[in-house]
Amino acid sequence: MSTNDTETEFTDTEDTYVYGGGANDDAGQEGRVFTASGGDWDELVDEATALNEERIVVNMGPQHPSTHGVLRLILELDGETVTEARGGIGYLHTGIEKNMEFRTWTQGTTFCTRMDYLMPIFNETAYCLSVERLLGIEDQIPERATTIRVMMMELNRIGSHMVCLATGGMELGATTIMTIGFRERERILSLFEMVTGLRMNHAYVRPGGVAQDLPAGAIDKVKEIVPELRRGIGEIEKLLNENPIYKGRTVGVGHLSLTGCMALGITGPILRSAGLPLDLRRSNPYCGYETYDFDVITRAECDAYARYRIRVEEMKQSLRIVEQAVERLQHSVGEPVMVQDKKIGWPAQLSVGGDGMGNSLDHIREIMSTSMESLIHHFKIVTEGFRVPPGQAYVPIESPKGELGAHVVSDGGTRPFRAHFRDPSFNNLQAVAAMSEGGMIADVIVAVASIDPVMGGVDR
Amino acid sequence: MSEQTPSVDAGGDNLPAGPGAVPEPIRRGERRGMFGASKGGDTSGYGGLVRPVLYPAPSVRPYGGYFDELADTLEASLGGDTYGAAVHQVVIDRGEMTLHVRREHLLEVLRALRDDPALRFELCLGVSGVNYPDDIGAELHAVYHFHSITNGNRRLRVEVTCPDADPHIPSATEIYPATNWHERETWDMFGIVFDGHPALTRILMPDDWPGHPQRKDYPLGGIPVEYKGGTVPPPDQRRSYS
Repeated sequence: MSTNDTETEFTDTEDTYVYGGGANDDAGQEGRVFTASGGDWDELVDEATALNEERIVVNMGPQHPSTHGVLRLILELDGETVTEARGGIGYLHTGIEKNMEFRTWTQGTTFCTRMDYLMPIFNETAYCLSVERLLGIEDQIPERATTIRVMMMELNRIGSHMVCLATGGMELGATTIMTIGFRERERILSLFEMVTGLRMNHAYVRPGGVAQDLPAGAIDKVKEIVPELRRGIGEIEKLLNENPIYKGRTVGVGHLSLTGCMALGITGPILRSAGLPLDLRRSNPYCGYETYDFDVITRAECDAYARYRIRVEEMKQSLRIVEQAVERLQHSVGEPVMVQDKKIGWPAQLSVGGDGMGNSLDHIREIMSTSMESLIHHFKIVTEGFRVPPGQAYVPIESPKGELGAHVVSDGGTRPFRAHFRDPSFNNLQAVAAMSEGGMIADVIVAVASIDPVMGGVDR
Repeated sequence: MSEQTPSVDAGGDNLPAGPGAVPEPIRRGERRGMFGASKGGDTSGYGGLVRPVLYPAPSVRPYGGYFDELADTLEASLGGDTYGAAVHQVVIDRGEMTLHVRREHLLEVLRALRDDPALRFELCLGVSGVNYPDDIGAELHAVYHFHSITNGNRRLRVEVTCPDADPHIPSATEIYPATNWHERETWDMFGIVFDGHPALTRILMPDDWPGHPQRKDYPLGGIPVEYKGGTVPPPDQRRSYS
């Protein structure tokens, strides 16, 4: 900067009092205050203000109560309009896939059940179906085990949809939806606790079947909760279907057309809200879904409201499937629930003892005191596990959020060589930008809630 | 592939097929020992056992099911020469079809899979990486799954490999935008560089993370846990049954 002809100079501000101090303040004690002004500084400031933009970049999350867990949304805002939206994930990455490579095939269910913690039964079933295909025992899975899987999956679907509606409602400020949703889900969780011993993270579905048969009274309990759930779903419908506030927030919001869904690989309720009846239970049946009677729900509005209505209707269809499964289970009491191949089937026979659920004393007595061979076998299969022939398999299932598939690779060992989960939430979160750019910031919340991402599944 | 069947073996009546007539299983590494005792504690005599790890062999026609039709359509769509150069193996195993595609031709194959009305695989269900450290020259695999809604809900798997020394595979994002995050995840976890990806950054691990955690040479980590006087080593140091 030249020295003589510049207008920029450091001025003694004893007379200007830029910090608001009056002339009679003891400015002398503060010393002299300098400000830089004039010349190119003024030009710079004028240039910046001439743009007259209120463009700001906001990090919504990862610790924001309405982003469905630790989802980070990077929003570029112009006033209240979102001009650009990007999702940032990875805050709940737990290395489940890597960990599974260091445990036996059966222990894998204990890990994968924790991925999308709102649909544990689906995670387990997707994994087990792939392992069973690798083992080549798909047609040896007992009928009763498959029916139990179907019943548990459909109840889990209702539980997952309930949480989706509940948290989605809570994010809009509608706490009554939240209390109804969680109240109804509670019925399902207490049934799960009765059947598997745990409310979440069950590890109930195992390669070859399920961990144990339904306990006494479980079928009665299901019969008891089905009408209650039906009433609860009706309550949500009455509260929301024609609710002007709810419709005002959701109709036309989070729009994603069929083209967008196809390009982004979206599946599940979002795809069906664009009018395409793709449901893997119908299109690529597994677990005998082709023998159940149910409807695939679609709507054509492509918005958050349509997705809400689809989820409600799907819960009703799930109840229909549960009723059919219960009917079948009543006719198959006492049949096996684990594959008969002793080299694969988990040897445990659980029962409730003095200190809670554990291996049945009769079973322990048998292997400990009557047969050395069964003791060796038990020890080997529990500590070492079974071997799976080399190869890869991918069995997709229709989870509450869309296609869930486990790409499982074996190298012939007792542990998965690689287990990769195609989690629907991970894929569907890519649609955040398409759904919310150009809309209001409040609509981002609705759009994300209608995707129903669960970060445990997204990050794995 | 199948045209190369040697004619010399065809003469015998009940003789087994000669070498080359039936494809050999794909060998990727070997397995040593038996009970996981690597420190000389194995007195069973099985400690010196060496067994190859054999993956399902490439299939020869007829493939069965809709797989023949699918391969024919793809061949017609790409042209015989390109198909021969692009698809170097077809593996039909456990009711699933895997096309092993050379990475130079990946985008052509994907475009044909998406655009040919008779193939029309609308949905790409993502990319999954697999690291075979003993598959020399093809250590890193990227596995794509496809679903065709229009053509009877068919399924297809495409597998592409790249060597560890040159970990580059063309990005499929321009054809299937859905693969965007999946490719980022595969880069993050395996270090496969997807050329042409709009923003190939880490997605699950922090931006400044060193290494690619899902590779086989990346340790699991962990600390020993003490419980009632005993010590349980971390999972990757426990006995493993080879």
